[in-house]
Amino acid sequence: MKLKQLEGLLGGLDQFPHPKVELEQYPTGPHIASRMLFTAENSFGDVSDKVVADFGCGCGTLGIAAALLGAEHVVCIDIDPESLEIATLNAEELELDMDFIQSNLLDLGWRVDTVIMNPPFGTRKKGADLDFVSVALKVASQAVYSLHKTSTRDHVKRTALRDFGASSAEVLCELRFDVPKLYKFHKKKEVDIAVDLWQFVPASNQS
Amino acid sequence: MRLLTHNMLSSNIKGVVNGFPLRIEAVKVVEKTVEMNGDFLKKMFDKIDWKAFVVASQAMGYTELPEEADSSMLDSNEFLNRFHHALLELHLEEGALVCPETGRRFPVSKGIPNMLLHEDEV
Repeated sequence: MKLKQLEGLLGGLDQFPHPKVELEQYPTGPHIASRMLFTAENSFGDVSDKVVADFGCGCGTLGIAAALLGAEHVVCIDIDPESLEIATLNAEELELDMDFIQSNLLDLGWRVDTVIMNPPFGTRKKGADLDFVSVALKVASQAVYSLHKTSTRDHVKRTALRDFGASSAEVLCELRFDVPKLYKFHKKKEVDIAVDLWQFVPASNQS
Repeated sequence: MRLLTHNMLSSNIKGVVNGFPLRIEAVKVVEKTVEMNGDFLKKMFDKIDWKAFVVASQAMGYTELPEEADSSMLDSNEFLNRFHHALLELHLEEGALVCPETGRRFPVSKGIPNMLLHEDEV
């Protein structure tokens, strides 16, 4: 599948009708989502034929992108039942077979191959962004692909390597996350936030 | 929710020593055909807990899996088909997943299990 085609399909997905600010619900735009998954697949082969988990899936954009790029099994996890319902409908529309779980960050019983996520940035619940990374590194056997504000780059790298025992933590590229005016406290019509696409690799001695 | 996902889930309730596997209470099971990928199945065979998988498939109404299996059986197309069917084509739409130690029920509705813990369970 070509990048433009993927981006087009993702652009047609339904998003949060009433986003919940305390959960930092922001849709992952098709531009950023398609590039994220394309990189994970074409540069590293971490998507097709793999078991992929989308942590904090929201309306399912990243998980759906993974399924479209040939992931064999996709599990989408989110705490919010309304988002999961929308995600289910989005997957059905595209005739994709995916599983959804309503849960807080959860340590799964065995390792998936790849975790993909656009976690909360931690503006509401401090440290939420790194909580997601911590759990993702326990759950993924191959790699974690995650978005974090560029302004947090050094802190993220240090924490992933030193505290979470990642064997590597690299910024693959810098992307612009376009945040439309979603919440009452948003003053501008649209704002571009510089985000880093990270690849974290868990410690190699995980079974 | 398919059985491949069920095989990953366990009860994380505070104090529970071994929350795996969750017992399935199946109220509504739906079958959806999906293309078989032999290489993927062979990879998954090494990862999943077979015993839990067989018990779960029986709870879903499928009784064609052998109680025990070893990797040599992957050479048999018949085995692969059954493995594929139980792992990826049976969907639990309504019912519950039950913690093996506490009996706490995690409801499954519209195919989505709700694993959210109450405040006192964390």
